[in-house]
Amino acid sequence: MSLINLGAYELNELIKKKEISVFEIAKAYVQRIDEVENDINAFISFDNDLVFSRAREIDKYIKDGNDILDFTGIPIAIKDNVCTKGIKTTCASKMLSNYVAVYDATVINKLNRHRFLMIGKANMDEFAMGSSNENSAFGVVRNPWNLDCVPGGSSGGPAASVAAFETACSLGSDTGGSIRQPASLCGIVGLKPTYGRVSRYGLVAFASSLDQIGPLTRNVKDSAALLEAIAGYDEYDSTSINTDVPNYKSFLNTDIKGMRIGIPKELMIKEIDCEVKSSVNNALRMLEKSGAIVEEVSLPNLEYALSVFYVIAPSEASSNLSRFDGVRYGYRNTKSRTIREMYKKTRAEGFGPEVKRRIMIGTYCLSSGYYDAYYDKAKRVRTLIINDFKKAFLEYDVLISPTSPTTAFKIGDRADDPLTMYLSDVCTIPVNLAGIPAISLPCGVSKNNLPIGIQVIGDILREDNVLKIASAIESEVKWKMNLQI
Amino acid sequence: MGKIINKKDIKHIAKLAELKYSDAEIDKITDQLDKIINHITKIGQADTSNIVPTSHVLEITNVYREDKVRISFTREESFKNAPLEDEDGFKVPKID
Amino acid sequence: MENEFADIKNEYETVIGLETHVELSTETKMFCGCKLSFGAQPNTYTCPICLGHPGSLPVINKKAIENAIKIALALNCNICENAVFHRKNYFYPDMPKNYQISQFDMPVGINGYIDVDMGSYVRKVRVTRVHVEEDTGKLIHIGSTGRISEADYSIVDFNRAGTPLIEIVTMPDIKSPDEAKQYMITLRNILLTLDVSDCSMEEGSIRSDANVSVKLISSDKLGTRTEIKNLNSFRFLQRGLEYEVDRHIDIIKSGGKVIQQTRHYDNKTQTTMVLREKEEAHDYRYFPDPDLVPMKIKEDWINKIKDTIPELPSAKEKRYKDFLGLSDYDSSFMANDFEISSYFEEVLKHHDNAKAACNWIMGDFSAFINKDGITLRQSKITPENLAGLIKMIDSKEINGKIAKLVFEEMYNTGKNPTDIILEKGLKQINDTEKLEKIIDEVILKNPDAVSQYKSGKSKAISYLVGQVMAKTHGKANPQIVNEIIIKKLS
Ligand SMILES: [Zn+2]
Repeated sequence: MSLINLGAYELNELIKKKEISVFEIAKAYVQRIDEVENDINAFISFDNDLVFSRAREIDKYIKDGNDILDFTGIPIAIKDNVCTKGIKTTCASKMLSNYVAVYDATVINKLNRHRFLMIGKANMDEFAMGSSNENSAFGVVRNPWNLDCVPGGSSGGPAASVAAFETACSLGSDTGGSIRQPASLCGIVGLKPTYGRVSRYGLVAFASSLDQIGPLTRNVKDSAALLEAIAGYDEYDSTSINTDVPNYKSFLNTDIKGMRIGIPKELMIKEIDCEVKSSVNNALRMLEKSGAIVEEVSLPNLEYALSVFYVIAPSEASSNLSRFDGVRYGYRNTKSRTIREMYKKTRAEGFGPEVKRRIMIGTYCLSSGYYDAYYDKAKRVRTLIINDFKKAFLEYDVLISPTSPTTAFKIGDRADDPLTMYLSDVCTIPVNLAGIPAISLPCGVSKNNLPIGIQVIGDILREDNVLKIASAIESEVKWKMNLQI
Repeated sequence: MGKIINKKDIKHIAKLAELKYSDAEIDKITDQLDKIINHITKIGQADTSNIVPTSHVLEITNVYREDKVRISFTREESFKNAPLEDEDGFKVPKID
Repeated sequence: MENEFADIKNEYETVIGLETHVELSTETKMFCGCKLSFGAQPNTYTCPICLGHPGSLPVINKKAIENAIKIALALNCNICENAVFHRKNYFYPDMPKNYQISQFDMPVGINGYIDVDMGSYVRKVRVTRVHVEEDTGKLIHIGSTGRISEADYSIVDFNRAGTPLIEIVTMPDIKSPDEAKQYMITLRNILLTLDVSDCSMEEGSIRSDANVSVKLISSDKLGTRTEIKNLNSFRFLQRGLEYEVDRHIDIIKSGGKVIQQTRHYDNKTQTTMVLREKEEAHDYRYFPDPDLVPMKIKEDWINKIKDTIPELPSAKEKRYKDFLGLSDYDSSFMANDFEISSYFEEVLKHHDNAKAACNWIMGDFSAFINKDGITLRQSKITPENLAGLIKMIDSKEINGKIAKLVFEEMYNTGKNPTDIILEKGLKQINDTEKLEKIIDEVILKNPDAVSQYKSGKSKAISYLVGQVMAKTHGKANPQIVNEIIIKKLS
């Protein structure tokens, strides 16, 4: 068995036993990337010399007798909207195509303490806006299961790179499903933590009240471990939660007998593919067999979630993306004679169409005369959605739904229809609005060989319940991986 | 669905957002935005009487820093990604 | 001119509201740890946060909020328990994020007032709000004139970006340019007393925008207002407003209409000029900053801050009057200028003679510094040395005449009075034995005066005392000399 087939946990064991060097791991992954990256296009920045020199440094660090932590020497790809000092951080935008980050994000600092092996900066939808990774200034990412299909988005690169064995795990960001949906479409595990559990400092903001960084991994155990490594209070992020980080790995493989699972009927709507539905139902039956109680539950206000999201996220984005103006960094139209001309041309040329579309929506929703009807109203409906979840979690430990209504779709299929594209996130968006944690993991494969994902949702800071159920599904539900590459 | 957004609105919003759409692009974006905004107006149906707006899902308050100096950029770091600068600062074209 | 203005005053009513920005003198910026600096090398006091780099996040400086609460309390405001930071969105190259973190409908303080002492009356100016925001960077316009409209290009320095700013907004309660100036003086004095800002006019750490309108007294309709931007000295504020009020009145008199404009005061021409027509339909798209959590300003925190507020000028004035026994005029003079009152109180710390300290400061000291155009603190005399001088007078070590000489020497050299007296041998002679010798000599040499005295002309004694004083170069204790002479001649 090749090294690349091992999960982070197994690699860690081998490193601890000194059975392999980090350099050997690096070599295996670089070789794999050489083989498949032309097809996948998962990376925006990848430099094998840099990977090797980092690997050697870590080997020396280990040889010097330093502690080996969970991610010492483990290859991790970083979504290109997470700042990495001295390394290009482009957000897959022409606007930042030459931007070299001037500081490390807090999650990078935390992983650096582990001496992780940064394998590269992963491709994504521009500024994390998209559900297919087609909105990248660095080209589309292809799904390793079927190269004609999208990997999902916006963390298409982080998901595809893990699925294609180009890295052991990766970090993505999730604003409306951007970790979970691509994880689902690529047949891997993606976790969006509770809002505030992981510091956002250094994550280029899309929608500040919804964004969270989270792990994309090949199994639930790696997901728990990677979350543990990056979670925690950060004095640089006022919205981060100041409570201790639990030992997430300890919640795996526990007895789920008596745990109560709610199935929100608003997320089992007609738009969900039959195959997706039956795979999810199959997983639910397995959970019942293991002693969990499964019941249907209604969260009536979820029908507004998509609309609420498409007010709040673009509104915040329109303000967050104002800083890209060509003055201090990034792309600038150099032929402009006046500042206003420079702003307009820089932004018209530097941003792609979807980013501009969302800036326009957000500017409209915040503008004078529309604020109350859109932005303020959306924030009130958001409260209704939160209240629905609060009520549901009085009864249930977790809620379960499909992650995505469909399996991976063909590249180009939805590219010209923003609204249909937005519907890809109908099951994941409510979770961000409520700030609660959720995981997506594979629960089957469709007839045409595309993975199907199941979403497990927990209450605020109840990642423990999410991981317990996810771990049970992982061990009970069998499926077969069959990549095209 | 009635039209909510017209070309004039698009031009006004683009001005606020410092964006620019060519004449060729403007029909398409007007149509797309109109469809999206039409969809969004669905939130108007929700009954939010006596419901307070949520700005933060977590009820965290009073997060402060102590007034202590941290290290600032060097000049080089400050200008590292600057599109155009001179000795004294970031250069920008004439302000209009 | 004076009369004309009085006539106009009778016919027209001036309505002025002020919006004052004050830079706080915290160690660091509002939302990042960069040190506040003035005049440093451009763009060296910056970081990812205050340069608006992608991914950076603001965190509130606690000291700045405490200072804002202090100011709001001193201006008699209600403190809002739920205070929130909003984003004010507009594009300008001196704004790193193209939005300014500011406060909108939930500021730190609301509904306060300042009593402005106009001498013959007190004008109560209501304060609508005290809010916190971040300052912008600085723009330098490069071109033949340095003016923005004629510049070839501009340069941005972000050292100032993110400096904590307090905005204090009044109701249109101010009725004349003179009141506006006095309001600013009063406000500045309060801020200096609170020790929250250096309030330096030159460095622009306190600057005001003024809204002015004029209406016929007989009319109920408010006049159209114009706004004058960036009045950064008392003089500019008063002159700019005077010019603007006259301009409004001239327009109204000639049957014209005042146009709503934003104007700028040019001190060279002493006129105001149009900056932009009307208020360009600004749409700032305010919304609560999702990167910052709400503040909860509870009673116990407010009380803690209250305890740190020093005695304010109005309370000082009362205390000077009631407990130090100064006159109304003197109390007001000593209390309503922060520099004077702090100097005065420091003198009292070293020697407790308020009346004498007040007399020196208002008398000789003021005369000297006014002549040189400097302030008390800029002079070479420390409060400790002034106290020392007064102490010597009180203990009769020197007399009043010598004291004036010593004071002048102190003013010129900064030396302490003890040294000056030693150096120049100015110590008062109280030694009777020594004095008797000199007096015997004087009596011997002035038989005429002696006989005049003996024949009943008691005035002749002052001639004799004068002779002794002359012989001792003014150092003799005149009272003792007087007594000895009377004794000897009787
Ligand atoms: Zn800074």
